Amino acid sequence: MSLETVLQHVLAGISLGGAYALIAIGYTMVYGVLRLINFAHGEIFMIAGYLMIFSMASMPWQIAIPVVLIGTTLLGVFIERFAYSPLRSAPRMSIMISAIGVSYLLQNLATYLFTALPRGYPVIPFLKKVFQIGTISSSLVTFITPVITVVLVILLVQLITHTKIGMAMRAVSKDFETATLMGIQLNSVISATFAIGSFLAGVGSILYFTDRMSVNPFSGALPGLKCFVAAVLGGIGSIPGAMIGGFILGLGETFMVALGFSTFSDAFTFVILVLMLLFKPTGLFGEMEAEKV
Amino acid sequence: MIRLNSKTKLILTVAALGLTMLWFYHLEQNPRANGYLIKILERSAIYAVVAVAMNLMNGFTGLFSLGQAGFMAIGAYTVGILTIPVEARPNVYYISGVAPWLEKIEIHYLAALFLGGLIAAVFAALIGVLILKLRSDYLAIATLGFAEIIRSVIASPQMDTITNGSYGLKKILRFETIYTPFILSAVCIFMMVLILRSSYGRAFLAIREDEVAAEAMGINLFTHKELSFVISSFFTGVAGGLLAMFMGSIDSGTFRVTLTYDILLIVVLGGMGSVSGSVIAAFLVTGGREYLRFFDEPLKIAGVQISLFRPGFRMVIFSALLMIVVLFYRKGIMGDTEFSWDGIANFIYRFLPTGKARRGNGGRDE
Repeated sequence: MSLETVLQHVLAGISLGGAYALIAIGYTMVYGVLRLINFAHGEIFMIAGYLMIFSMASMPWQIAIPVVLIGTTLLGVFIERFAYSPLRSAPRMSIMISAIGVSYLLQNLATYLFTALPRGYPVIPFLKKVFQIGTISSSLVTFITPVITVVLVILLVQLITHTKIGMAMRAVSKDFETATLMGIQLNSVISATFAIGSFLAGVGSILYFTDRMSVNPFSGALPGLKCFVAAVLGGIGSIPGAMIGGFILGLGETFMVALGFSTFSDAFTFVILVLMLLFKPTGLFGEMEAEKV
Repeated sequence: MIRLNSKTKLILTVAALGLTMLWFYHLEQNPRANGYLIKILERSAIYAVVAVAMNLMNGFTGLFSLGQAGFMAIGAYTVGILTIPVEARPNVYYISGVAPWLEKIEIHYLAALFLGGLIAAVFAALIGVLILKLRSDYLAIATLGFAEIIRSVIASPQMDTITNGSYGLKKILRFETIYTPFILSAVCIFMMVLILRSSYGRAFLAIREDEVAAEAMGINLFTHKELSFVISSFFTGVAGGLLAMFMGSIDSGTFRVTLTYDILLIVVLGGMGSVSGSVIAAFLVTGGREYLRFFDEPLKIAGVQISLFRPGFRMVIFSALLMIVVLFYRKGIMGDTEFSWDGIANFIYRFLPTGKARRGNGGRDE
């Protein structure tokens, strides 16, 4: 591989990783607060893709993008209210089954409503403009994805560390019961967590699918699982960790494909997961005294 | 409460078995007319085995594993590779040919099923050493990941001469009568029931209820978790083999995560921790999925097209059913109790008018 191709792949990998990072943050935040792997997160991401297709059909992209982001946010909050909050005191396994159930339901619902055939993702003209830096050329979306990711992560970290709701989130993730005793409104904190996570999944979905060009009802499942792995890799509960994890996975996957191991690129992700859980369950940036996994 | 004496129960059991056999005999007489029903029954019996095996791990031992599809794939491919008739192999592996060492090996399907289970069990043992330490949700993700790895290895071009890569296998030996899958499934489920009733089964329950307390009572956590995982995977592998024989042709797409979710629906609906619940739910869900096909077909009422009914609606209903059971009816059909003739008798008794009168009398008999 020449230097040029390597650089091209690095760029593609970072761009993919940026989208992964945005989804991974949703997992990491929800896990931090509820100790639940939100299996439906990948499906929220997929539904955001369909929302974009339908809103672009009737409005210009300047309006469609906010509509999609708001819709996705509401969907996430609604799912939490409907499927997770009634099970707050139930055994863990029930909540997990409920999460799997939501994911299964959304997949089947999407198959029913939009058929299993892939649908073309609308082209947002300015994102698709071909851009050139030195000898590397790519569409604008590839260049701005990592930038958007980093900016959003910085904003989110500010939110978590400096605002009241952020402080409440940290308190809930440290100790559920004590936080409630201190007068924190558990339900609104959890809703806010889902809202932020889903909003970022919406942004990630626009960036990811603009590059992939088509959506089908199952296109959320595998990226969803991979992003969970990214969250574990970075250390569950850590937002910058999820971002780094996303970038590592994105780069790893791109290079696996470039080297001709495309069938094993998914397996590679899970090998990383198992290795991480075995040797460093707290992840790269997780808190030291995190609970036993 | 009614308690039937053991003689009555024996008679009822024998009668029920006899009637089932007679019914099967009747179905077999006219395979063309009853082919559809036979297919549904066979598939239900096979799913029942997987569901009970999943229940053994998830419901009885309390370890949330989502690797079923992967272990089924191992069993199915083992049976498929070893039972395709030798003369049909060039035809099946028409793309890249069959590996020379494999070309002439063909074994009896019972041996192949056993071997399929065994290979799945060995994989489970190896994986289990690594991942059974993980806590519930991490375990779920890790097993899901392994199932996905197994699937992608099977489908990879490097395995072309063994598994026929992404083209899948066909011409796998099929069942000749409906009795074969039923008897084999019954034997598998019976063996699992025996295990659950043994001291190992009690230990599994203890682990589910409280790991720390179980350990304090002298139960070796790791050994028993590993054992539960290996046993569950063995039977999942055998069931995968049965599924391969049932379908006659398989490819890696058969063993996606959705297959695991289908089984999970059965287990949850039947009740986590109830063997008979899983069996009943396996028949209900599989039968329901076939007979509710009309949901997928366009429906006209008084000349008006009901647009709700079109392909995919059936699966929406089934996934909604899973949600409803989890949210509002967490115990499922059987909870963690088992089927018994006493239970049936009491159920009927409750609906008899005389029964009601007696209960009104403070439960005293006149």
